[in-house]
Amino acid sequence: MTATTEELMDLEEALARFDPVMGLEVHVELGTNTKMFCSCPTEFGAEPNTQVCPTCLGLPGALPVVNEIGVESAIRIGLALNCEIAEWCRFARKNYFYPDMPKNFQTSQYDEPIAYNGYLDVEVDGRTFRIEIERAHMEEDTGKSTHVGGATGRIHGADYSLVDYNRAGIPLIEIVTRPIEVPGHLSAAVARAYVAELRDLIVALGVSEARMERGQMRADVNLSLKPTGAKKLGTRSETKNVNSLRSIERAARFEIQRHAAVLASGGTIVQETRHFHEDKGTTTSGRVKEEAEDYRYFPEPDLVPIAPSREWVEQLRATLPELPGARRKRLAADWEISEFEMQSVVNAGALDLIEATVAAGADAASARKWWLGELARAANEQAVELAELPITPAHVARIVVLVAAGELSDKLARQVIEGVLAGEGDPDAVVAARGLKVVSDDGALLAAIDEAIAANPAVAEKIRGGNHAAAGVIIGAVMKATKGQADAAKVKELTLSRLA
Amino acid sequence: MTTDLTRRTAAELASSIASGEVSAVEVTQAHLDRIAKVDEKVHAFLHVDAEGALGAARAVDAKRAKGERLGPLAGVPLALKDLFTTRGLPTTCGSKILEGWLPPYDATVTRRLREADVVILGKSNMDEFAMGSSTENSAYGPTRNPWDLERIPGGSGGGSAAALASYESPLAIGTDTGGSIRQPGAVTGTVGVKPTYGGVSRYGMVAFSSSLDQGGPCARTVLDAALLHEVIAGHDPLDSTSIDAPVPGVVEAARAGVRDGIKGLRVGVVKQFAGEGYQAGVMQRFEESVALLRELGAEVVEVDCPSFDYALPAYYLIAPSECSSNLARFDAMRYGLRAGDDGNHSAEEVTALTREAGFGPEVKRRIMLGTYALSSGYYDAYYGQAQKVRTLITRDFDAAFGRVDVMVSPTTPTTAFKIGERADDPMAMYLADLCTIPTNLAGNAGMSLPCGLAPEDGLPVGLQILAPAMADDRLYRVGAALEAALLQQWGRPLLDAVPAL
Amino acid sequence: MSAITREEVAHLARLSRLALGEAELDHFAEQLDAIVGAVARVSELPTDDVPPTSHAQPLTNVFRADVVRPAGTPVLERAEVLAQAPAAEDDRFRVPRILGED
Ligand SMILES: [Mg+2]
Ligand SMILES: [Zn+2]
Repeated sequence: MTATTEELMDLEEALARFDPVMGLEVHVELGTNTKMFCSCPTEFGAEPNTQVCPTCLGLPGALPVVNEIGVESAIRIGLALNCEIAEWCRFARKNYFYPDMPKNFQTSQYDEPIAYNGYLDVEVDGRTFRIEIERAHMEEDTGKSTHVGGATGRIHGADYSLVDYNRAGIPLIEIVTRPIEVPGHLSAAVARAYVAELRDLIVALGVSEARMERGQMRADVNLSLKPTGAKKLGTRSETKNVNSLRSIERAARFEIQRHAAVLASGGTIVQETRHFHEDKGTTTSGRVKEEAEDYRYFPEPDLVPIAPSREWVEQLRATLPELPGARRKRLAADWEISEFEMQSVVNAGALDLIEATVAAGADAASARKWWLGELARAANEQAVELAELPITPAHVARIVVLVAAGELSDKLARQVIEGVLAGEGDPDAVVAARGLKVVSDDGALLAAIDEAIAANPAVAEKIRGGNHAAAGVIIGAVMKATKGQADAAKVKELTLSRLA
Repeated sequence: MTTDLTRRTAAELASSIASGEVSAVEVTQAHLDRIAKVDEKVHAFLHVDAEGALGAARAVDAKRAKGERLGPLAGVPLALKDLFTTRGLPTTCGSKILEGWLPPYDATVTRRLREADVVILGKSNMDEFAMGSSTENSAYGPTRNPWDLERIPGGSGGGSAAALASYESPLAIGTDTGGSIRQPGAVTGTVGVKPTYGGVSRYGMVAFSSSLDQGGPCARTVLDAALLHEVIAGHDPLDSTSIDAPVPGVVEAARAGVRDGIKGLRVGVVKQFAGEGYQAGVMQRFEESVALLRELGAEVVEVDCPSFDYALPAYYLIAPSECSSNLARFDAMRYGLRAGDDGNHSAEEVTALTREAGFGPEVKRRIMLGTYALSSGYYDAYYGQAQKVRTLITRDFDAAFGRVDVMVSPTTPTTAFKIGERADDPMAMYLADLCTIPTNLAGNAGMSLPCGLAPEDGLPVGLQILAPAMADDRLYRVGAALEAALLQQWGRPLLDAVPAL
Repeated sequence: MSAITREEVAHLARLSRLALGEAELDHFAEQLDAIVGAVARVSELPTDDVPPTSHAQPLTNVFRADVVRPAGTPVLERAEVLAQAPAAEDDRFRVPRILGED
């Protein structure tokens, strides 16, 4: 391993002295049934080397054939990213040796990507940033190596490696941004927001589950600094395969601090690939190459060009679902909340849950209230995602309906939620089992009210005199007597009519 | 019909087997015996699969006994160029790097041959990875020309051609990237056809230069080649460059050529393929053949294809470029040779040591030449420019085929040269493919058929016929007509003059 | 003048993973120089408006349905494949230690 500790500059200072410029290259594994160039299955976690054929093993004589759904997915991603779709493009061979790459070239696209010139808008801190997309192109994944021997199962110091080619040839779409220049203090957050937005878009398109923890979506973070206000770009580092949203933000910050320290001490940044270490939040240098890579790209002779007809492209455009940005705008309008409030809904991971809760009969404000309040607290306590709580949007909607009907008070509703989360059944079952019912029987309530009036004659006199606020004392006494099962509004109404 | 089964044509053997005059096992055994007798001298085969061949023959005889319909080449033996994968049968491509490799799958051509009940005798010798014009580049030793054992049988498919000329097999499969079917055909006095690019699947045919490689039939007669052509050709969904259209009716064309002749056919003589470097006897036999075509009623004109002069340099940029990438997979990780794996050397070092040990000089030369031509800074001047020349060559063909139905030329400028004569002079070796290469670059169809012996050395001369893409049938029509006329002149097949081995 | 030097051959050999010996470097430098000199003739033709041809037939849009191993697709036996590997272990291909990254 090279350099164990890196000099870092304080982030604030780094951002005061330098402007960061970022570029993001995101690889998305498509969720097709078969690989990009052969008909092998793509299931995750299969027995090693069972999802292979002559083509994806690179056996002598084998040839590739393009997966039509792979191309369709690429076009749909391109359209969703507001790209132009090439009228004619080709695959190219990117030549370099690596043991987990069976042919020792990657079938990719070079100067003729299928989609180019697009953009994706992301929101950070209530502001919208337009991230320009240079290109989205098709390529294939590599196999996977397990390193044996040495200390940690890492490649460095291993005695030998074992290779499983099940993943080799799985379709990838590589999405490359143009240089991103945003205010320095937001750059890491914008990088994270871009990848998050891209992931949501990919999921909405249904082309991939885009699960970063499974490596279905991986980001390379390219970063360079230039002195504040300068025009000329600095030398960049490329931090490879960053595998979570949080890590993207951390990797970007770390590189800003590292570059700043190097530059401030009069050093130069070497253009190199770096690796991010999840555990420490740091990056380290990859191998320094003795000579520049020369990939010797040339058009893949085993595959014929792709010329998507404009009819096909328009047919695919018609299949695009509502995209996350548009959906957020629509729902914000429907729910009568600001973009900023919508951002907190999204950040809480509550958008789908609230939408489903509304669809199941709740009003938007109540649905939002429960998911962002009581339930967010519960999720936080249990350290799980909101969606992982054992309560469904239908449950929440039922609770909202019961409250609106006056059958539950907010306080009782919280008890119902507690019961559902504790696995006591659906809301109606919890209500029944716990005997949680607003006392709405007028006779019973009137008896309790009369008792409270009798116990508080002075208060009763004030209410009779028109001081309605004084009713709170009577209401409180009634709630106490009914163990909270009365509907406060109802109690108030009856008290006032009693003392009118 | 001769009683020596090895002297019969494939068409004759197929009908003898179908009629029950002989069994497929008898036919196969006769050829295995012939191989056992003469292949020590010729070295046409790298691997003989006697057991597999006899098994396939027995299956044919069983089918016939049950009254099942037999295909047009059922039971006929064949030599398969060692560039095609054969499940469980060694496939080396003439290279040490694949020594002992038993492929786990069959090439499409292999599968089609098996499905047609053709009997695969074994794998034929070749220049390593099909790079060469003499079969001297085989890591397992050269094949010798049955006409003169001191001479080369052409290449890269010298093993396939020599197997035919030595009567070890009536049929063979070759591959033609720059002339590797046609040039060996010419120097051994046999027939070889490079079909239209995309006409025969490349799946399972180990790639040398993907945009040029094409498998095709080799035989002793035009009709036999046509019968084999129809067995192996046709669309394959496993090969993206395979043409999804009906196979031209080549068998019918071969029959029509003999039956109906070629009166009125327009034949172009390529102006560029003559002059310096062309052996006198080659030109003499070629010109006599052109005269014969005229006698048969063809209209002969000269066609000018100026960019053909640049085909050879373009080819020696494109083919090495593609091969440098295609051969990268031989890295000692998944199959084949592994050298230097002593526990200390890294994967990178083991790959480099294995490739050093496993590839011969011509393969290394072409890999480095291709790496050079694709390198940043050189790409435009070399690979890029060569692909533009390729466009010009295609345009020359298009213009010529606007005026004529087929074109003709000598197949190769000289007769078979001596083994070792050009071995370490790559540029001299490359000249052997001067006339065959333009067709590979343009992707159209070509045939070589014997047109006589050069008076000065008594060695066979080949005539090349070229046809537009997907007009392969024209090759057979012209070829069969000319073959019949020549046979009448000679009074016996040219190959009858091959010395006894 | 030599277009391809010994150093250039050494560079090409590294790029193409060939552990060439000293004598080979000299021999290949001489031969490659001669070949490159000869093939450089391709630049003699005027090609300003000529598009390059990368494929011998003008096909486009050849696709495969996204269907797992349809009939006619070769299906491999893992044991048969691994038996052909120079080394295998745990149903995987065993390869020497990989230099590089990290
Ligand atoms: Mg990539
Ligand atoms: Zn596969």
